[in-house]
Amino acid sequence: MSVPDLAEPTRGGTTVPEPLRARPVPRPGRWVSGAIVLVLAAMVAHALVTNPNFRWDTVWLYLRDVNVVRGVGWTLVLTFGSMAIAVVLAVLLAVMRRSDNPVMRWVAWCYIWFFRGTPIYTQLVFWGLISVLYPRLSLGVPFGPELLVFDTRTVITAFWAALIGLALNEAAYLAEIVRAGLGSVDTGQAEAARALGMKESRILRRIVLPQAMRVIVPPTGNETISMLKTTSLVVAVPFTLEITYATSAIGSRTFEPIPLLIVAALWYLLITSVLMVGQHHLERYYGRGFDDGGRAGRRRPLPAGPGKQAAIRAASTTRDDPFAEVTP
Amino acid sequence: MIDGQVSTAPAPGTAAPPAVVEARGVHKVFGQGAGGLHVLRGVDLTVPRGTVTVILGPSGSGKSTLLRCLNELEEITAGSVHVDGELLGYRQDAKGVLHRLHPTRIAAQRSRIGMVFQRFHLFGHMTALENVMEAPVQVRGLSKRTARTRALELLDRVGLSDRVGHYPAQLSGGQQQRVAIARALAMDPELMLFDEPTSALDPELVGEVLAVMQDLAASGMTMVVVTHEIGFARQVADHVVFMDDGVVVEQGPPADVLDRPSEPRLQEFLAHVL
Repeated sequence: MSVPDLAEPTRGGTTVPEPLRARPVPRPGRWVSGAIVLVLAAMVAHALVTNPNFRWDTVWLYLRDVNVVRGVGWTLVLTFGSMAIAVVLAVLLAVMRRSDNPVMRWVAWCYIWFFRGTPIYTQLVFWGLISVLYPRLSLGVPFGPELLVFDTRTVITAFWAALIGLALNEAAYLAEIVRAGLGSVDTGQAEAARALGMKESRILRRIVLPQAMRVIVPPTGNETISMLKTTSLVVAVPFTLEITYATSAIGSRTFEPIPLLIVAALWYLLITSVLMVGQHHLERYYGRGFDDGGRAGRRRPLPAGPGKQAAIRAASTTRDDPFAEVTP
Repeated sequence: MIDGQVSTAPAPGTAAPPAVVEARGVHKVFGQGAGGLHVLRGVDLTVPRGTVTVILGPSGSGKSTLLRCLNELEEITAGSVHVDGELLGYRQDAKGVLHRLHPTRIAAQRSRIGMVFQRFHLFGHMTALENVMEAPVQVRGLSKRTARTRALELLDRVGLSDRVGHYPAQLSGGQQQRVAIARALAMDPELMLFDEPTSALDPELVGEVLAVMQDLAASGMTMVVVTHEIGFARQVADHVVFMDDGVVVEQGPPADVLDRPSEPRLQEFLAHVL
């Protein structure tokens, strides 16, 4: 903690008297726990590094292997591709669930019920088998003549089956997250927008959804990290280029499964770390305008002036009161 | 059952200029059947152009509900509301059959009526300036540049030109309410509705909001204000309406209603408030 320089008067124009000097409360627990954790961490590191069974040289070799890096690429494409589709579908489903139209509500409910209620592995197997179940896809009049006919196998390749399978499943979970987010926005916001003459669709897009993002982003980040690992299930389709399959294929070929598992784990860990940084920035962006102790949410610093209440809140020592008043 | 008939619109072409608000026989029931809550029981209200009407009444008397019926935030159960000669929420065809208007049309009707809420309801993710610019850009289709110039003027008018970049959470209640007034004014409304605009404010902040409202009234804005500020009613109102239990009990010029109340219920209310 820094204290204001005594020579400099504060914004109020008065000089702060010499701050109190006192010895801090002794905290021996911190030193003791720190020492114990340090010793334990050293033991774990030692056990990992010195154990020859882990074959760290092999790990290092395959960490940069071209097939492994390509696998990482496919894993990323599957993760972001399926999440992108899922987010769009989820917003649609969440809006449908809140719709006045009972048909829309029912359709969305059934979708969520089905895709949450069956295992993702089973769904992926079915998407892989779609060309067996429906060898031909056609566009045309329902139950009537066909206008365009496709061979299913050429349209829905293993990659698309994997992507669609992951996206449709994820959309069901995300829809519930989006619904919770929309529900978290004060109804007064939509009412004020309505009083200004805004249409419902615009109120959703301009007023409600941006504020709901504050609630939606953290669990969605969680879902993205979860999806990163779920992509390893696309072997059920079967799609065999992503990182888990790529590394285990190498592992069984070279009879070194353990180092290759470590390779995959390290890559997952690295990507997760990057995702967490991205999530942090997204949360900060969507938290703008909502005071959270000055740690996040402002695009610009508080301007000088009678922001006394804001300064008090920024100190994080008082409970935040949205209706707190300030006398300018 | 409540009479479902809609009274006729004020006759066009008559000598007196049409009032901005013509509410006739307005009923509002929340909920359905026997358990429904009958909040408005046949309210008539006329607000001539350029006048200020203050609605007083104990809590639960239906004054806020009436105000919300004047811009379709509540759908009325029976009666009719005309704003600027236009029937709100419905279209009456040649045979006199009522058709509910499409939501887009209702939104267009609302865009000409400004509303200020007790709890401000500023858009929390937007700065003061963005709050004021939002509706002109999104609803009227104004260019950002034009909307921005106008928004800065309005924020200056409510005395907040040094707060344009602040988010609502960084403003005091009084400042937030003044931004809310600027936001409503940005749509150039025919009519401004105020729903207890100072009730959520600390006592020392009430004055700054009332001053802006007084200034607005002086500029000739047609206003309907639900408030407990008797002083404001006495000073600014042209017409005072006292409501109790869903009906208008007494109304008239402030001097008559506030200083020579004839109804015992109003006398009792004033004795408690003053």
